Amino acid sequence: MTTKQVEVSLSTTGLDAQGRPQRVPLVVDAAGNVVEMPPPAALEPELEGEHMLINIGPQHPATHGVLRLVLELDGETVVRCIPHVGYLHCGFEKIGEYRQYNQIIPWTDREDYLNSPGNNVAFAMAAERLFGIEITPRCTVLRVIAMELSRIMSHLVWLGTTCIDIGAFTPFLWAFQRREQIYNLLESWIGARLTTTLTRVGGMGADIPDGFVENLRDFNRDFPGTIDEIDRMVTRNGIWVGRTIGIGAMTADEAVNYGLSGSMVRASGVAYDVRKDFPYLDYETYDFDVPVGSTGDVYDRFLVRMEELRQSVRILEQAVARLPDGPVNVADARVILPPKSKATSEIESMIHHFKQVMEGPRPPAGESYVAVESPKGEKGYYLVSDGTPKPVRWRIRPPSFVNLSAIPRMVEGHLLSDVIAINASIDIVMGEIDR
Amino acid sequence: MSPSLSLALLQVVDRQAPAEFWPWFVATLVKLVALFTIYMIVVAYTTLAERKVSAWMQDRYGPNRVGPRGLFQPLADGLKNIMKEETLPPYANKVLFMLAPAMAFIPAMILWAVIPFAAPWASPWGRIEMQLAPLPIGLLFVIAFSSLGVYGIVLAGWSSNNKYALLGGLRSSAQMVSYEISMGMSLIPVLLVAGNVTLNEIVNQQASLHLWNVLTLGVGFFLYTVSAFAETNRLPFDLPEAESELITGYHTEYSAMKFSLFFIAEYANMLTQSAMIATLFFGGWDIPFMRADNVGAVSFPLVLLSFAIMFAKTLFFLFFFIWIRWTLPRFRYDQLMSIGWKVLLPIALAYIVIVAGTLLALDAAGLKRDFVYGAILFAVNAVLAVVMFRILDRGRIVSPAYGRLDPQELARLRSVSRARTHLTVSAGD
Repeated sequence: MTTKQVEVSLSTTGLDAQGRPQRVPLVVDAAGNVVEMPPPAALEPELEGEHMLINIGPQHPATHGVLRLVLELDGETVVRCIPHVGYLHCGFEKIGEYRQYNQIIPWTDREDYLNSPGNNVAFAMAAERLFGIEITPRCTVLRVIAMELSRIMSHLVWLGTTCIDIGAFTPFLWAFQRREQIYNLLESWIGARLTTTLTRVGGMGADIPDGFVENLRDFNRDFPGTIDEIDRMVTRNGIWVGRTIGIGAMTADEAVNYGLSGSMVRASGVAYDVRKDFPYLDYETYDFDVPVGSTGDVYDRFLVRMEELRQSVRILEQAVARLPDGPVNVADARVILPPKSKATSEIESMIHHFKQVMEGPRPPAGESYVAVESPKGEKGYYLVSDGTPKPVRWRIRPPSFVNLSAIPRMVEGHLLSDVIAINASIDIVMGEIDR
Repeated sequence: MSPSLSLALLQVVDRQAPAEFWPWFVATLVKLVALFTIYMIVVAYTTLAERKVSAWMQDRYGPNRVGPRGLFQPLADGLKNIMKEETLPPYANKVLFMLAPAMAFIPAMILWAVIPFAAPWASPWGRIEMQLAPLPIGLLFVIAFSSLGVYGIVLAGWSSNNKYALLGGLRSSAQMVSYEISMGMSLIPVLLVAGNVTLNEIVNQQASLHLWNVLTLGVGFFLYTVSAFAETNRLPFDLPEAESELITGYHTEYSAMKFSLFFIAEYANMLTQSAMIATLFFGGWDIPFMRADNVGAVSFPLVLLSFAIMFAKTLFFLFFFIWIRWTLPRFRYDQLMSIGWKVLLPIALAYIVIVAGTLLALDAAGLKRDFVYGAILFAVNAVLAVVMFRILDRGRIVSPAYGRLDPQELARLRSVSRARTHLTVSAGD
């Protein structure tokens, strides 16, 4: 066979008679031209079977939310996979256009709800870029702590649910126990556990309480033990390895072409990490490694994320060690409320407080984009301001959505059980995909 | 039917039956009621044990609200399942849908008729076997009935008229058929050593060798245990009900007591297989390090002790089933089949030849069937086990990942589907 396949087009070039998207694989012919793949030879009649269409989702134990995959099965082999999204659409971006900047932060909790602190930080960074605010050194380190805690939280959910999807239930609860520990930390910090609303434009909602640093050190000390435990349970388990190696593999070229990011693209061998390549929050001063896989299959993604958990602990240890004293919030009257005692005793401060709360801070007209390395991949927040207290456009670049778009490429040709494993390995959150 | 005629018939099928009708009749009734009661209680409490043991492995409490330490949880579950609404899918085949749960449950229970659960009792009315039906063909009966359980599952999957259930039923039929074979094959060495298919004789033979079959036929034990896991649809072989893939597989459409019956059937099967493993490979009711129980019929306290021993062995294997379930991930369908056909079956066949050859050689050498005989068998098995696990443990036990179909093959399959699939899906909703 001299033809070489370069790409399988996944765009919906049209619908066939039954309303299914048509996709035509492209191949390079012997003369070097890119042509559509020639239609296959007809089957012998007795081999033709009827294909079965099956819905995985929107209500299914393994779709991690309300993802719906329409699978066309030949026996148990997936011939075609069409993902349907939108069952959780809430219109976050549109709602944001009717909210002040600080009021949007609670909405960022709810899109990727496994990564609330990380979203809060990323949105605050985008808003601060719009305002032109430099945050304080203490705030920078606190935000690193928030981002890495939230990365660990999100990865623990991924780890636990992947184990369940492949059939091992026990590591799920071990992972969730550690996640409870992080939730307790966050609760002591800001009062909320899941929807944290941790940041404000120009600072944090609260400084860390007494004892937080000690509890975080305890966590840093205990947590690697849990990773090792789960590592012993599954990483070299014959069944686990057999279920994951070679499943849903994406080459580096494919991964880049599909716009994958985060652990997905790193598992395929592309060392792209926003924290290293476009550093923010002084990540360039932290000593950590970016794990990179080689084949981009489910097993590599698993290994990459397991190593990322360990690297996050390293970053947390360094952040705790360097945590400086000083103010958490910037001294910028445009965004920060006056102290409550002054607001109730001085008329200027009271009016300032009133204007801040009722109208909200006004950034200069302009736009800003901030991309961070969220647990799912490269997450971007894009804000456009016309000088009023509310953005005229708020746009999220959701890594889960882009990563999910490659699922037909990954699952087609595999078995039904592999669909579940691949879906788990993408680590999607439907709140972020449907927004 | 007059008692004398019954007795005559009985003595045809059971040569060791007591000489009189009434003691036999009363004893059988008592055994029947006692066995059934204990059996159902153990099954009910196995569900609790499953939840408690898993909780213990996962650092949590498990059920602890109903009764002291959650001990009445099975009763509450039973009550709940009886009170719940029975649903019937509109396009289900009603008769088979109703019949399937019973068909899944009954074979597991029937098997207990032939399993000897204690040493025979030298009663004042003659020898009483501690076994409901001392069938001469006990083992064949077990093999025959354990394969019937699959019908309940297949019919449940098919009659529900649900795609997940259908896939579960199909997986289960393929799985049961494949593992039934390796299970049967792994039992043949046991028969070769015992020279008999009566379960009681198998227990006696293990006692007389002074070594249980797990030592003299260790490889067979491994094969049988793996097959037993597949037969009972327990993790890592729980593909028919893989909840993360097929919702709950064949019983997706079942509710209330019908669902509960499948649930009971799973635990009943576990209990039966545990008892089978204990009987075939761990000496059954044979009391370890004690000769007094191996002299034929024994006194009543010894009967009770042997029953306790059998019970403990069975409970241990129940625990083993639960332990494995909460430890291992699940196989994939193609891996399951390739292990059944490409690993277990060839090993079982080779093992039969080796054991038969060894027995032939030992008998030809004129060795008596006693401890030395067993020790030689044990040595052969130890060598075989080392060789087998060395070979298996080189990444071959799980077949390599099923490669993704190449795009041409995929396009070919799609062209078929365009021509043949008449179900439609709208792309836009």
